[in-house]
Amino acid sequence: MNIIEAENLSKRFGQLVAVVQVSLSVTEGEIFGFLGPNGAGKTTTINILCTLLRPTSGTALVNGYDIIRQRNQVRSSIGLVFQDPTLDEYLTGEQNLRFHAYAYNVPQSVRERRIGELLELVGLSDRRKSKVRTYSGGMKRRLELARGLLHHPRVLFLDEPTLGLDPQTRRHIWEYIHTLRQQERLTIFLTTHYMDEAENCDRIAIIDYGRIVALATPDNHKDSLGGDLVTLKAEDNEAAVLELKERYNLSPEIQNGVVSFCVPQGEKFLPDFVRGFRSHLLSISVRRPTLDDVFLRLTGRAIREQEADSMGQMRAMIRSKR
Amino acid sequence: MEEVFRGTWVVAYRELLRFVQERSRMLSSFGMPVLFFIIFGAGFNQIIGTLTPGVDFIKFIYPGIVAMTVLMTSVFSGLSVVWDREFGFLKEVLVAPLSRTGIVLGKATGGATVATIQGSMMLVLAPIIGIALTPILVIKVVPLLIIISLSLSGLGILVASRMRSQQGFHVVVQLIVFPLIFLSGIFFPVNNVPVWLQIISKVNPLTYGVDAIRQIFLGSDSAPVRGAIGNSTPVIGITVFGHTMTVLEDVMVIAILGVVMILAATWSFNKQE
Repeated sequence: MNIIEAENLSKRFGQLVAVVQVSLSVTEGEIFGFLGPNGAGKTTTINILCTLLRPTSGTALVNGYDIIRQRNQVRSSIGLVFQDPTLDEYLTGEQNLRFHAYAYNVPQSVRERRIGELLELVGLSDRRKSKVRTYSGGMKRRLELARGLLHHPRVLFLDEPTLGLDPQTRRHIWEYIHTLRQQERLTIFLTTHYMDEAENCDRIAIIDYGRIVALATPDNHKDSLGGDLVTLKAEDNEAAVLELKERYNLSPEIQNGVVSFCVPQGEKFLPDFVRGFRSHLLSISVRRPTLDDVFLRLTGRAIREQEADSMGQMRAMIRSKR
Repeated sequence: MEEVFRGTWVVAYRELLRFVQERSRMLSSFGMPVLFFIIFGAGFNQIIGTLTPGVDFIKFIYPGIVAMTVLMTSVFSGLSVVWDREFGFLKEVLVAPLSRTGIVLGKATGGATVATIQGSMMLVLAPIIGIALTPILVIKVVPLLIIISLSLSGLGILVASRMRSQQGFHVVVQLIVFPLIFLSGIFFPVNNVPVWLQIISKVNPLTYGVDAIRQIFLGSDSAPVRGAIGNSTPVIGITVFGHTMTVLEDVMVIAILGVVMILAATWSFNKQE
């Protein structure tokens, strides 16, 4: 059964078209990732699916409910962790969870037990009576994760769940996510622009300028490049490219003074190639392609280049200062 | 309907939780009204006695100060909406399965409860200036404070629904809401001021809230007041087109204001998010 079914979702803000004809379906129990640079339309799509924004056109069903006509049923079916914190910092962790339980009508008989269990799961039991103001960034994120799960949602939406967190906390959060999926049979829909994080997903939609440009499992994405990625530096890169094209029938590219191309079974290809290649080689390496390579091939840009854009940096800084 | 009700109580519950935990807020909203009370009441009591013939100026101004406490606290309760938006918590509320109307009603109820508590606390000053604080008086005043504070909380939320920053909220409150409060007859009898000021004050719906409180507090004293200095313009009870408003009519005006404000705030909220 498809727990999320989106058809031709589009959203425009005045002149700006943020999301263009996005169609996707997510099966129950899946971890579905949205990968793309900042401003690609990831958050807008999530906001549409969780009823915070109305699409300009198109429609979607979440847990069988229409996101426009059955907003409150959709809201009851989903849990959310946003990019920016949405906690009441002047209340304690426990009070934040209790507010959520009231708002989502969690039955009184299970409420306190559920709050206790979730605080245990995210490792905040000992801080439950402290004001959220005193929590670290990672603790806040964990509390939000616990809160998003409190009302037994069928789908958990995570918008950049580990943005601005240290690697150790990021790893912990991913451990929770995997545990949760097993314990709660939960579907997880997340956005990220971290490649290593995207590797955790069952399927990944790569989104750029509001469009889905590819949708597949991480391995299939990498296979789409046609095998392993060979990068080399030659004394004369231009000549090397020409030779690769003519003698080996490959389609190499030069970027930042490095020639790269893909071949099936790179390890086996390499020894003969090095012996037979006429251009003078300075260095050569072979590796499995990463999702970054896939993104680069699909869009002509690396995601990492985008990351350095000033707005994103500023926002991350402001967030970390709060 | 269940979603409206749940929205109201969940949101109001949190407002009150916050209020109980931040006691400093309680003190801050007393500061200004008490200051005005001392300056105008004690300071000018001797000089401007002629403004309110038949009533001590300090007795005249006291119900106005109670009203002012309620008005200011209610309007500023809207600030919590801006605050929640700035700190992100508003999103948590908006994605919950609650009705928008319920959320607005909850904010208004929460703000009104706080304002009513603060206004009621001002009542302890009554005996000091010689107004007997009888149970009947309290039973009459408190419901009135509730109606006024609900209406004004609605106004605060309406302003807040359009504001992205706390500074913006303060600017609007200072430009629109403070004049409304100061021209509502808190400090002067509306019937005894120049015509242009009378017109502004009588168009201002808050005037009727202040007048209702004053009539309840000073009602028994108001008989000698009428016509005390030859002409028959009463100090208490607003005269509109020759008709002197009763408490009930005053309450009607303020209740209608409240309904309009809350409907407008809900509409504005629905449109924005």
